[in-house]
Amino acid sequence: MLYSVLIIGALFTTMPFLWLLRSSVMNMREIFTMPPVWLPEKPQWKNFADVFTMLPFGRFFLNSGIIVALNIIGALFSNTIMAYAFARIDFRGRNIMYALCLSTLMLPQVVTLVPLVVIWKYLGGLNTFAPLTVPAFFGNAFYIFMLHQFFKTIPLEYDEAAFVDGANYLQIILNVIMPISKPALAVVAIFSFMYTWNDFFGPLLFLNEEKMYTVALGLKMLTGMYSTQWHILMAAATLVVLPLIVLFFFAQKYFIEGLTLGGLKG
Amino acid sequence: METRPEITKKHKKMHLSRYRNRWGWLLISPAVSGLTLWVALPLLVSLVASLCDWDMVGPPQYIGLNNYKMMFTVDPSFWQAVGVTAYYTFAGVPVQIIVAFVTALLLNTNVRGIRFFRTLYYLPSILPIAVNSVLWLWLFNPHFGLLNIILEWFGFPPQRWVFGSETVIPSFILMSLWSVGSTVIIFLAGLQGIPRELLEAVEIDGGSGWHRFRHIILPLMTPIIFYTVVIGFITGVQTFTQPFMMTGGGPANASLFYVLHLYRQAFQFSHMGYACAMAWFLFVVTMIISGVIFKSSSLWVFYEGEVKK
Repeated sequence: MLYSVLIIGALFTTMPFLWLLRSSVMNMREIFTMPPVWLPEKPQWKNFADVFTMLPFGRFFLNSGIIVALNIIGALFSNTIMAYAFARIDFRGRNIMYALCLSTLMLPQVVTLVPLVVIWKYLGGLNTFAPLTVPAFFGNAFYIFMLHQFFKTIPLEYDEAAFVDGANYLQIILNVIMPISKPALAVVAIFSFMYTWNDFFGPLLFLNEEKMYTVALGLKMLTGMYSTQWHILMAAATLVVLPLIVLFFFAQKYFIEGLTLGGLKG
Repeated sequence: METRPEITKKHKKMHLSRYRNRWGWLLISPAVSGLTLWVALPLLVSLVASLCDWDMVGPPQYIGLNNYKMMFTVDPSFWQAVGVTAYYTFAGVPVQIIVAFVTALLLNTNVRGIRFFRTLYYLPSILPIAVNSVLWLWLFNPHFGLLNIILEWFGFPPQRWVFGSETVIPSFILMSLWSVGSTVIIFLAGLQGIPRELLEAVEIDGGSGWHRFRHIILPLMTPIIFYTVVIGFITGVQTFTQPFMMTGGGPANASLFYVLHLYRQAFQFSHMGYACAMAWFLFVVTMIISGVIFKSSSLWVFYEGEVKK
């Protein structure tokens, strides 16, 4: 009984994936056959190559990769030191600043993104990666909260011992806290990867030249240009998903930890 | 290592607190500047711009509250957009949370292969929304899409899904259920955190499964339900990519979401002032509704250590 319900649910979650894969290796004729065929006669691997010739998808992957890498670096660097300060330094104004910081979680991003286009336009940052990468170096409330929860669990004696040895806070963060926080930092890196790779609205607002496009924008462009060539669209979608799936299978436990670390235990 | 100068205890204490203050603020200075640059400044800019007629080419012209007046009284698409977004959010969030909760209960068992099922249920939620949109547009295809093929198997008539003005929002809600996995995991973690003794105590007292659910599991899960309601609400009102990529707001504006309308006003028609007024309206309304959700939480959210009558 339980199994049959589990299997029905699993069908709902996996069928779209299978449909995606199946469509991505078909040819145009097979895709539009009535009644539908389940599998192609011969897998059309060249669909994946076609994706790269129809649009400069190689470039889009590179762009997404650069933006993701900078976001991960920024997120690790800035959120660690800020979460450390909020969790482990007893300074005046800490609670109010922490509350202020967390309150941005409630702010719909759209509200700030649209005026930010105006601001970046005046700074000359439109159509560069700056608006999509620089903010990562200023911290993100979600990651600060997540790391804060983690840092709270580390005994304060560690810091005090290092302090007595003459280390300052930056040295403590670098030499004491970061090495023992690797799991939490991995979570931040993975979520940063996922959010940046998946981001659509940001690149749409800030990038308008094809050679700066990210994979998500490339996919949108492809749907606009080849709206009936579903086999190509599915092949492109598969390629965009692939890095995430690979990452997921290597780091499954961090995905789960991130959700539970950020979600509860408040 | 350099040697520190000898200092008296009292002196040292004062010195320490000043040292902490200085370092604390130094280390959080990115957050302070981030809040200023990426939150306060844009809010201020959009507040000023909302009082202007501005095409982003010429200089802004001050027009007072005209944008707001136009929004509330002239632009018929504005209320359409509010309605569509409210429909999707207020119908979608409860469905998403109920489905996620039931799924979590289902996955919180110890049968063989349960880890495999957990992975399968979670996996769709890591996909980019742009991929989801393309994929589901194909699944929704009236002639060659998987969904109508399945309906046909069971003898149901084919549906128009996102291409019908009646069915477009329910279709978007169905699509959102596919990505509900991250909420499932959050619930699952909560369920696993429920102390075994509590559940066993009910059993010893002769309570039924329903009893256990109603009086132990549900109350203990309310903080997490509360969290997911808030997140679901904020995500729902910001829905953009699905209508932008799949329907373009159609058919007949039936999926003209608020942010899609705002985006078009800003970047298609260059009505920057009007778009900023819309952004501010969204900001104020989300703050009010979040406030209501928070206020209501004292009535139904149960925190451990608290006595409920």
